[in-house]
Amino acid sequence: MAGVLSQIPYSVLKPGGDAATALYIVAFSLFIIGIKRGTHPTTAKQGNMVAAVGMVVAVITTLLLDGIGNWGLIALGLGIGTAIGVIASIRVQMTEMPQMVALYNGVGGGAVALIAWSEIRHGISLGGTIPLETLIPTLFAAVVGSISFWGSNIAFAKLQDLIPTRPMAVPGQQVINGLLLIGILAACVDIAVNNGDPSQGLFIAILIAAALLGNFVVLPIGGADMPVVISLLNAFTGLSAAAAGFALDNVALIVAGTLVGSSGTILTMEMATAMNRSVANVLFAGFGGAPSGGGGGSTEERPHVSIGAQDAAIKLAYADTVVIVPGYGLAVAQAQHAIKEVADQLEKRGVTVSYAIHPVAGRMPGHMNVLLAEADVPYEQLREMEDINPEMPRTDVAVVVGANDVTNPAAKNDPDSPIAGMPIIEVDQAQQVIVIKRSLSPGFAGIDNDLFYEPNTSMLFDDAKKAAADIAAEIENL
Amino acid sequence: MTLFTEITILVLAAFVGFEVISKVPTTLHTPLMSQTNAIHGIVMLGGLIVVGYANDPLEYVIGTIAIAFGTINIVGGFLVTDRMLGMFSKKPKPKPSSSSSGDGTDKG
Repeated sequence: MAGVLSQIPYSVLKPGGDAATALYIVAFSLFIIGIKRGTHPTTAKQGNMVAAVGMVVAVITTLLLDGIGNWGLIALGLGIGTAIGVIASIRVQMTEMPQMVALYNGVGGGAVALIAWSEIRHGISLGGTIPLETLIPTLFAAVVGSISFWGSNIAFAKLQDLIPTRPMAVPGQQVINGLLLIGILAACVDIAVNNGDPSQGLFIAILIAAALLGNFVVLPIGGADMPVVISLLNAFTGLSAAAAGFALDNVALIVAGTLVGSSGTILTMEMATAMNRSVANVLFAGFGGAPSGGGGGSTEERPHVSIGAQDAAIKLAYADTVVIVPGYGLAVAQAQHAIKEVADQLEKRGVTVSYAIHPVAGRMPGHMNVLLAEADVPYEQLREMEDINPEMPRTDVAVVVGANDVTNPAAKNDPDSPIAGMPIIEVDQAQQVIVIKRSLSPGFAGIDNDLFYEPNTSMLFDDAKKAAADIAAEIENL
Repeated sequence: MTLFTEITILVLAAFVGFEVISKVPTTLHTPLMSQTNAIHGIVMLGGLIVVGYANDPLEYVIGTIAIAFGTINIVGGFLVTDRMLGMFSKKPKPKPSSSSSGDGTDKG
């Protein structure tokens, strides 16, 4: 069927011709304007629309190029992709956004790798020598696209709890990765040297080795570092798309891919800075690897104070200032509305309530702001970490809801801690701390939290949503 | 287009990317990452091009999957970004019952 459809004669725009290039310029100008607007709260939504329009222009331009054929296959691919994209985007919960971005990034990388494979086959089938200026970008696209596809899938699986979020590595992992990388480079050199008759088998071996490398690089990284990894893979996928643009002589791919590569690099560095970790550290150190190495073996016996909803309600209702520290646990329990109810009850009684947002609260920078905005929390009550920390000693009660690592005083006090140096919300400075959590179990970084055993900390063991609802009801009854 | 014209474009685009993105409020990091993620779905154009000269079953399959992947990246990416940003544009309407959510009323 595809063969028949490809016979339909048509030729509108010449690839690389003036008209096509002009339309591509329109498209990538819209991308740049879209990204620019995406950096300001008031214009962000519009910016996303502008970029989407740019994408429509780019796609239509390409569909009109001379040489585009196999319309049945194009319709099939567009149809399947649109259906999956629309359904997944409508169904996904706000709490699952980070893994969704990881997944979308992964399929983008997969597309790059497949296009590179197709391009190599095309070059081989034409016979003759493949020019290096096509071959080298193609190899780069294949390697980076494959790493990005598999790395993103592992990131998705970790965030979706399909595989353990703990760092996973075998002894000598770095050596194995190094050997894989050397093998990939050697195979690429071999293909480039023999560009008169490149081996497709060797090319497939490169794809597989890059796939293994993508798995091996991301598996040893702990869940807490995943945002940085996704952001980095996002930048890589952009670069691989740019490389595909070199191979296919397509200016839209080069510009858009490079834009994403450079902007993604900045975002990655900002995220790493927020966690006080360098990108190299994230990639090669993992999070300590062994959770038992840190605070000594039997942590479960340490003394702590446990309270119920009524006690918590009393502490809160008679406070002057309350700071709520939301974390991923709040998001998982869908407790943002219940906690808003607690805040409303407290405000009725004249208590000043604010929310302290750690830069990486949730699983990505800005993730928690999205969740609280969903619950209609007024924007003015959201306070950033640097802003709220100096006020902590004057705060009567800090309520930690489903947050863990971002409140761990070990980051400041224990230079040997795996999270040493990470900026935290200094709830331990508050007069009293209430931690709403299911158990004393460690958080995302897989380490014990000293905060739970401080004398001024009370633990309320419950599901975040139920606990918040109970506290709100108790405050109302006081 | 010559190789060096393409490299010129690459270098300039890289600087534009660096300049255009600096100073982003933390709040917008996730949506912005999602939006740039959607933009690299542009690679779908490459799928359209290679499927045009595909001429055996394996190449049909590779090309079609590449187009489908790229389309998921584009459509899903922009839609999810729009949903995230929609959370911000939703005006926090002060309910008639709770009148305390004004700007100046609850400063400590």
